Amino acid sequence: MNVAVAKTGNGRAVSDLFASAEGRLPGSPSVIAVRREAFETYERLGLPHRRIEEWKYTDLRALVGEVLPLAANPDAVALKRAAEAVKAHAIAGARKLVLVDGVFAADLSDLKALAAEVSVKTLREVLTNEANPAAGDLLQTASTDAVISLNAAMATDGVVVSVADGTHLSAPIQVIHVATAAGASAFTRSHLRIGTGVRATVVESFVAAGKAGGYQVNDAVILWVGDDADIAHIRLMDDAPDAVNVTSQFVTVGANTKLNFFNMTTGAAVSRLQGFITFSGEGSELSANGVNLLQKTEHGDTTLVVDHAVPNCVSREVFRAVIDDRAHSVFQGRIIVRPDAQKTDGKMMTRALLLSDEAEADNKPELEIFADDVSCGHGATAGALDDSLLFYLKARGLPEKQAQALLIQAFVGEAIEQIADDGLREHVIGIAERWLERRS
Amino acid sequence: MALLEVKDLKVRVEEREILHGLTLTVNEGEVHAIMGPNGSGKSTLSHVIAGKPGYEVTDGQILFKGEDLLEMDPDERAAKGVFLAFQYPVEIPGVATMTFLRTALNAQRKARGESEYSTPDFLKKVREVSKSLNIPQDMLKRGVNVGFSGGEKKRNEVLQMALFEPSLCILDEMDSGLDIDALRIAADGVNALRSPGRAMVVITHYQRLLNYIVPDFVHVMSKGRVVKSGGKDLALELEASGYAQFEDAA
Ligand SMILES: Nc1ncnc2c1ncn2[C@@H]1O[C@H](COP(=O)(O)OP(=O)(O)OP(=O)(O)O)[C@@H](O)[C@H]1O
Ligand SMILES: [Mg+2]
Repeated sequence: MNVAVAKTGNGRAVSDLFASAEGRLPGSPSVIAVRREAFETYERLGLPHRRIEEWKYTDLRALVGEVLPLAANPDAVALKRAAEAVKAHAIAGARKLVLVDGVFAADLSDLKALAAEVSVKTLREVLTNEANPAAGDLLQTASTDAVISLNAAMATDGVVVSVADGTHLSAPIQVIHVATAAGASAFTRSHLRIGTGVRATVVESFVAAGKAGGYQVNDAVILWVGDDADIAHIRLMDDAPDAVNVTSQFVTVGANTKLNFFNMTTGAAVSRLQGFITFSGEGSELSANGVNLLQKTEHGDTTLVVDHAVPNCVSREVFRAVIDDRAHSVFQGRIIVRPDAQKTDGKMMTRALLLSDEAEADNKPELEIFADDVSCGHGATAGALDDSLLFYLKARGLPEKQAQALLIQAFVGEAIEQIADDGLREHVIGIAERWLERRS
Repeated sequence: MALLEVKDLKVRVEEREILHGLTLTVNEGEVHAIMGPNGSGKSTLSHVIAGKPGYEVTDGQILFKGEDLLEMDPDERAAKGVFLAFQYPVEIPGVATMTFLRTALNAQRKARGESEYSTPDFLKKVREVSKSLNIPQDMLKRGVNVGFSGGEKKRNEVLQMALFEPSLCILDEMDSGLDIDALRIAADGVNALRSPGRAMVVITHYQRLLNYIVPDFVHVMSKGRVVKSGGKDLALELEASGYAQFEDAA
């Protein structure tokens, strides 16, 4: 089973990856047609490589090589292991939606508690609804790069959540992606539709059950936020150290809305979060904070495209990376200001903390400005821990690693502080602390 | 018993020799004052004792309770009881003072094989000490020294000293930047720590501090050496005549 690097798809039979999975991919015939087309796109393009500008620093062909076969449907044993992982990674007070190896697990989810405030369906449910002629739309997105196309072709499940106008969620929603299988791929796609005036916190956690490793995740999230909303969207990519996680997210922000986005990557041998955020209504504010905590030979990429399609919006991106050993962090930030988007205020900042001489940070900020009355900019800092601070701490009795840990926590803490929910913030601090403990 | 023995210490910084063979012995229970002109190497000596990187010891040795201090990492020295109150304490944004104090205290205790303080015990102790030093509790919630005035930073150093209960306290210009009341409070804090098992090395430019913290010995440093030692009256002498007489001796 090896599709690996599909080159010219011309005239070739649909490869094993898709053919062997097709029977398990949910969807009415029209949906399957969309999938086939998406897979053909993927096959034509093949895995992204360094000669594709957007993937210059994250050459999936070199880093990953092949796409692993679709993970099996989780059996009772897998679900039991997943349940333990869910227990370990659940945020106190949050309401859970759990996907195990790419399949929704109702028994591990808090459907009852959620039903009072939001509507939850599974992607599978929507795709297989023969009565819905537009079901295939759930597999379409604005961008169609190879990994997104592959996701459209292969997505087995996901959650389709909709929050009605005016709802103030009483607890965060936590979507937990659990991997139990080794040497297999999970493809998920979720849709979140958030109405006018909604206040909500949505967390997505990526975790491994026990010692599960060597798996691949390809996830897509389509988030649509209406007007006057106040939303926190948190992603915690805490995969097994030898996993691969490539996630694409598409966000549309309405008018006068506040969106706080936070991502922290603390696992996976290779990870990429590519976000495409578009302002579709005026007067909105985006605050995006990214944190990459990388060690060993991990490669972590955060790519964010913020599209100011309308005037009078504010975007702030602060991207922090703590890079140890021979790890490699990539940040690509692009701010697009469309011709009409006057009074745009868009800034991005990158701050890299290099803990070893071999640590690597690549930073590619881009401003594409087509309006004249805007305030946009970017900045970057990179450096080691401050020796004089380290010495002060050591002179007070802290061993080197502990002194480093305090300073790293302070560095990362500036980002974590932005999370308003206390329980959630503590949860995120805990993940960062475990990352620090894993440092050799 | 000799707590600190500095023997014929030669130290270079960036290829330049700063200490040219310095000898100093401090016994338990004693208070030593070190005075000397700017640039004579007082802070250099204190940094080398604390283990600050960037100094090359080319000759001589430093023993602490008979053990070779130069072989130890700074944190080991701290756990063994060496404490330096810095002339210029650094600011550490994002590390809450309380977190720092507790982490440091427990790290020292752990290194000595002692049990860690429980949270209530720790809080009680910090509260007592900070009260006696007139340090408001909300200052301890801020980042280490962040936004502290010069005097507050110095008091925070004394606070740590009182909390860690080291056996050797080196105070590098604790009095600079302190107003008269703060000086008195800080000096009281230091005096409260005087005990038969503990020694102090007080580096200062001013006789005034020594009115509060009365030394057993006064040493004059010039150009990287101790050029004269005496009792507390030597400080008065210096106040009157300055350092000029020692410039040649060095
Ligand atoms: N890191 C360094 N690089 C270069 N020279 C240094 C360094 N640290 C100290 N020196 C030099 O060593 C000499 C002694 O400095 P030190 O700070 O020890 O003096 P001091 O006696 O504490 O002076 P003061 O009374 O002004 O505090 C000075 O000439 C100083 O310039
Ligand atoms: Mg000095």
